[in-house]
Amino acid sequence: MAVPVAAVRNVTKRFPGVVANDGVSLEFNAGEIHVLLGENGAGKSTLIGILAGMQQPDEGEILIGGRPVRITSPRASLELGIGTVFQHVLLVPSLTVIENLMLGGPWWRNLLRGPALARFRELSQLLGVEIDPDAQVGRLSLGEQQQVEIMRALWRGEKVLILDEPTSMLTPQGVKDLGAVMKRLRDKGVALILITHKLVEAYELGDRISVLRLGRLVGALPPERKRAMSEQEVTDAVIEMMFGTVAQHERDAEILVGRGRRTHRARHVDRAGPPRLQARGLATQATRGACPLRGVDFDLWPGEVLGIAGVDGNGQKHLAEMLAGQRAAASGTILLDGRDITADAVPERRRRGVRYVTDERLGEGTVGAFSVATNLVLKEIGAPPFFRRGVSDWDHIHDHARALIKRNDIRTPSEKTPVAKLSGGNIQKVLLARELNAEAGVVIFNKPTYGLDLQNTRLAHERILAGADQGLATIVISTDLDELLEISDRIGVMFQGHLAGIVENGPDVERKVGLLMTGAKAA
Amino acid sequence: MDSLLTEAFLTSLLFGAVTAGVPLLLAGLGEQVSEKAGVLNIGIEGMMLFGAYAGFVAAYCSGSFALGFVAGGIGGALVAALVVLLCIRYGLNQIVIGIAVTLGMEGLTALLHYFQFSRTYPRLDLAPAWALPLLSDIPVLGRALFTHNPIVYLAVLLVIALGWLFRATYIGLNLEAAGNKPAALDAAGVSVVKTRAFAVLATGFLSGIGGAYMANIGAGLFVPFMTGGAGFIGIVLAMLARGRPVWVLLGAALFGISLAMTTALQVAGINIPTDVVQMLPFAMVMLVLVIFARHSVLPPALGLPYVRGER
Repeated sequence: MAVPVAAVRNVTKRFPGVVANDGVSLEFNAGEIHVLLGENGAGKSTLIGILAGMQQPDEGEILIGGRPVRITSPRASLELGIGTVFQHVLLVPSLTVIENLMLGGPWWRNLLRGPALARFRELSQLLGVEIDPDAQVGRLSLGEQQQVEIMRALWRGEKVLILDEPTSMLTPQGVKDLGAVMKRLRDKGVALILITHKLVEAYELGDRISVLRLGRLVGALPPERKRAMSEQEVTDAVIEMMFGTVAQHERDAEILVGRGRRTHRARHVDRAGPPRLQARGLATQATRGACPLRGVDFDLWPGEVLGIAGVDGNGQKHLAEMLAGQRAAASGTILLDGRDITADAVPERRRRGVRYVTDERLGEGTVGAFSVATNLVLKEIGAPPFFRRGVSDWDHIHDHARALIKRNDIRTPSEKTPVAKLSGGNIQKVLLARELNAEAGVVIFNKPTYGLDLQNTRLAHERILAGADQGLATIVISTDLDELLEISDRIGVMFQGHLAGIVENGPDVERKVGLLMTGAKAA
Repeated sequence: MDSLLTEAFLTSLLFGAVTAGVPLLLAGLGEQVSEKAGVLNIGIEGMMLFGAYAGFVAAYCSGSFALGFVAGGIGGALVAALVVLLCIRYGLNQIVIGIAVTLGMEGLTALLHYFQFSRTYPRLDLAPAWALPLLSDIPVLGRALFTHNPIVYLAVLLVIALGWLFRATYIGLNLEAAGNKPAALDAAGVSVVKTRAFAVLATGFLSGIGGAYMANIGAGLFVPFMTGGAGFIGIVLAMLARGRPVWVLLGAALFGISLAMTTALQVAGINIPTDVVQMLPFAMVMLVLVIFARHSVLPPALGLPYVRGER
């Protein structure tokens, strides 16, 4: 049998308090797509970091073509022919495509476009894509940027290509294109490593599947076994590897399988009455690094969940901030129960029942160094009953906090613990506890489950739906389409600052939303 | 008012503008290199001041102006090395360290000067000027613009050289990437720390030469605190120039003229209180900022230390 192009043997990597990789051994073969599956914290990213030269293993070795090597820096990794496409785009937006690809060349040499362009054409052909080498990267679509990233990863050799959650930022069409590129590269003899937590992708693209859990390799499906199985069998086998017995974690598995077994619960929303929230022609000023709004209209009824989909950076942040009162409107009006609240600031909107759960849980949402208790009254600083004549009433604040901690199952050593010490899921619970109290009428969630593990994702979804069932008008902004398909009643798509269209959740909604995400008109 | 248009007035104004503008040009170009790479180098004032002191002492002891410039550049780079260590290597706050460096150098140079010269302020001989053939024969402009120390012509050539460096070399790409998306540079296998360290050292070297020019050519002597905010004007120039060296040159010319007004108006015998005249360049800074600062474009990673794996 042929020697694997790359392999890790008994790799262990410890961080303070965690073993990120625990004696992991894996082989990567030429002409094979090897899928690494696992939840957050399973150790996928650490393993990639080790292969990419960002981190050093504490124990174990890395073999390239059968020879043990040490990968001490990103440069060393590239020179061994290992290219990595990270989860977040690592291109310089102000430079052109070809300049980005030339980046990292020997600085004492002349910058020569000729040879670079030749290599560019070679790789374009290999990938089967067409991109203008002189286009500024910041102007390309995310899908195109990712293709440039793949070229960058292959630039100095095309032995191993690592893709870390490459589909998370893409439109459905972009995902399809990426799959085609990956299969093409596999057929040309590249060893591909695909990191994902989506089972569907693993089944569709992977030749070999390995499953990591809590830093250990807990199971693998070699190609000959995987080929002999149906999608259902593969899914069941992998879920069993990831969670042990299936019955115990049925819900987790359902979320994981995503669209395969989506559980959209059709809810009844009464749209006969007047809408709770009306947005008319909302627009904002452009700011550095964020897409402004250019005329957004929608109506939102009590008890309804309106999902806002779209590729990141199409105005979602401005929409959320504007509805919350944190960003001034350039034009347009917001009506709450028919009353104009456009000019109202945050405290006034909060008093009227508008709540905002930000995507920046630590930073915008909470003050990390402050205690859980203080963060729970953060939006009522100075107001009675927690503050009397401007002086904090600590007994009252701490009682309030203890009650909320208990009711919301916030796992914290005490109410006086700084909130930054909590896990992401628990910080999210603090935010939800603060925002979703009895007086809430409209809630805006911005990426409510971003970075959360499955269990906390499920809890957050239940919380959102429970709120809606009690009559809250709810907006959920997310880049995870599967999430929106699961919990929304209607889905709107943001595209370049416009709300490109709003469609009812139901059969065929995915195709419609996919079309809207690329800028096509509502189908 | 007739006296404003005499040959003597114009010559002294333009000549003074060059003398005052060259240190600003060098500081602005230096700061531009740092800012390209994502480092907000507030300590440039301290680098200039130490460059001025080192340059003066070297020229005073050796009698060589060339040696004075070399010493000024090395002095500035030494101070920059401190910034590299604290801000780039250990990721400390660039603004705090920058202010500390400036204040520290003000104290240190005053102290060293006092130890060495007590309360005397010895003067250097008049610096040799190099009249450019043909160009220096032009009336008014020839005397004002083309009869200067060779370092002045080098500084202008540096504008072209840096423009080429930024646009057409790997160094330029690396600097741009370090300021715009340091993680991309890291992933491409180039050390962000080394790239930024190089940029800051270059800034120190250039601003040190600028300081030495101020002391040795502009004033002919060293006085504590003599840079008087020139480094900060350099920061403003770099911020307004949007990464284009030629704009630094234009800005330096503008500020040079307003600084030269101080002496030129006195030559012309116009009676305005000197305090008002000396305020002129800084009033100019504010005016320019009010008009143009809205349009300045700064690299996204400016002022942020790079830590691998953090976003």
